[in-house]
Amino acid sequence: MIQDASRLTQDLTLEGDVAIVGTGAGGGMAAEVLSQAGLRVVLIEEGALRSARDFHMLEREAYPDLYQESAARKTADKGITILQGRTVGGSTTVNWATSLRTPAQTLAYWRDRFGLRDYTEAQLAPWFERVESRLHITPWSEPPNENNAILRRGAAALGIQTSVIPRNVKGCQNLGYCGMGCPTNAKQSMLVTTIPQALRRGAVLVSRARAERLIFRNGRAHELIVRALLPDGITPGPHNVTVRARHFVLSAGAIGTPALLLRSGAADPYRSIGRRTFLHPTAVSTAIFRDPVRADSGAPQSVYSDHFVDGVPFNGPIGYKLEVPPMHPVLMATALVGFGAEHAAFMARASHAQAVIALMRDGFHEQSAGGTVRLKSDGTPLLDYPISSYVWEGLRRSLVTMAQIQFAAGALSVLPLHESARPFTTFAEARAAIAALPMEIVRMRVMSAHVMGGCSMGEDEKTSVTDGRGGLRNVENVSVFDGSVFPTSLAANPQLSIYAMTARNAVALASRLRAS
Amino acid sequence: MQLTRGRFLRAGLLAAAALAVAGWIYESRPDEPLPDPRYRFGFLDDEDRAIVAAVAPVMLAGALAGPGDVELVVRGLDRAVCGLPLAVRSELRYLFGLLRFAPARMLVAGVWAPWSRADRAQVERFLSGWRNSGIAQLRSAYDALHQLTFAAWYGGERSWPAIGYPGPPRIRA
Repeated sequence: MIQDASRLTQDLTLEGDVAIVGTGAGGGMAAEVLSQAGLRVVLIEEGALRSARDFHMLEREAYPDLYQESAARKTADKGITILQGRTVGGSTTVNWATSLRTPAQTLAYWRDRFGLRDYTEAQLAPWFERVESRLHITPWSEPPNENNAILRRGAAALGIQTSVIPRNVKGCQNLGYCGMGCPTNAKQSMLVTTIPQALRRGAVLVSRARAERLIFRNGRAHELIVRALLPDGITPGPHNVTVRARHFVLSAGAIGTPALLLRSGAADPYRSIGRRTFLHPTAVSTAIFRDPVRADSGAPQSVYSDHFVDGVPFNGPIGYKLEVPPMHPVLMATALVGFGAEHAAFMARASHAQAVIALMRDGFHEQSAGGTVRLKSDGTPLLDYPISSYVWEGLRRSLVTMAQIQFAAGALSVLPLHESARPFTTFAEARAAIAALPMEIVRMRVMSAHVMGGCSMGEDEKTSVTDGRGGLRNVENVSVFDGSVFPTSLAANPQLSIYAMTARNAVALASRLRAS
Repeated sequence: MQLTRGRFLRAGLLAAAALAVAGWIYESRPDEPLPDPRYRFGFLDDEDRAIVAAVAPVMLAGALAGPGDVELVVRGLDRAVCGLPLAVRSELRYLFGLLRFAPARMLVAGVWAPWSRADRAQVERFLSGWRNSGIAQLRSAYDALHQLTFAAWYGGERSWPAIGYPGPPRIRA
């Protein structure tokens, strides 16, 4: 059953074995596993239910309709712009389909620092294989588009290794519009895979419904209070949905899940909820090439480099992963620095523009403690993420790396996205200028499409919010299945890690619930 | 004109005072009727629209294609704001409240004439000043205007020919 809460004319009470908050990578995967085990599942989603026929490949529709805060969600000091989905399927409906396993080095750090002993490559491998097969994840077999090819070419010229990105697509037409919702259902997002499967097995999906708070009684979550939104999908309406269940799964993402626990007044003796939230703070370097690049067209991400993370020690300067972003007019024009003639001159060459992004591996060093989720006066979440000088230095170094790669690939000019930068025509000029750029919020563009942490899992109750199976401490019947359980960032795009770890934890939960 | 850090710090203190006053004035104003029959503005009223109409031709200098384009940007910006959460909308209400409050417009933004008659060079200095300000709040206020204005223009088909963007591709059946 599917219920659009904005159409409710009275309050509604739903009952099930498991209530799941959120329908992204965690909620979608959990819904399939739990419904397959014969459990009655209720899914609560803040965004609207949209499907391929609604995806018109138009930025002006997609950003307000499918993203948190119209794809312009900001950290508290406005220093970082966050891209995060808000629709049935969550970010999996709008991500760029990159599907990378958790790096071995990250897992080793988790075992070592957080006591997560069974987070080994060998123990996780069957779960990765299971979800890779379920979601048709295979290395991209077509030639990369020119935007990605430039990263590969420039890196190769400098002896920097790149790899092909595995993507969760089936029958992909190589259009390049993954970020606006796949119009052909090729992307194997939760919207077209696990959620329809759960619905066929009797799951109930309530969309345009904002989970407000859990009510706790005697150490258990008793019910979930959900506010129905008005048809605008933003304004809270007059009706409530009350969900009663034996177990509650929180999969509202690494900003939404800690915020729900904070609103609910969940027991938090060590004040850990919402702490250690990570973003992969990302710098952007644009370049103009003689030949057309057409970064709006073709699989958005098919090449990456781990040269600056792989084997790079955690106790030194921060490491960064290199990828490229798709560029459509609004995304490009809003990210681009400057205004007037300067801005228009770059935009006039938009079809020749290329961009590389560097994602900082945050959370592995004492000077990279991440951010904190707190609540605004209206109860909506706000992420406070001050950028430390340690992270700033990584962002600066990455601008040099990216400029060097772009020039090595034949760029006519390189423009780092910083208000004090201008298009540089030689690497020497770019390197000298980047060294002098003031690293300050809003001068330097810092983006994020990966929100992680805030309900860190771990062995030590003093530093963790959840145990290694996603179970919320101090409460019997609440699990967290999403990226908020990661105790650091991943140094990889998060969807595949969320799928695999959720599959493992949800299977364990299902057998526990069936036994009781 | 190069604006010194000291001057902007003073401006920041003034801004704080002005914001308080502007907020109060805004609260006490009755809603004005919307004159345009074709598009119903959800956020911007006449005075806000004058601000956007003064900022857009400067922000988008070299990009706007024809005489009706400023109005397209004004409407696109209004539509964009209406898609934002209520808490963000109230921050923007605060920003527009500041900009429409004459003393703040003159002292903080440095624009002497009312927005509907504002001099282009003064608007350009205002945007440059906030863009390069030592005060992070002014930079982020500039950034909000920047993002909304560019999203409003480049979200529409009229902007695409000049940048060689062919629009969404055809899908194979």
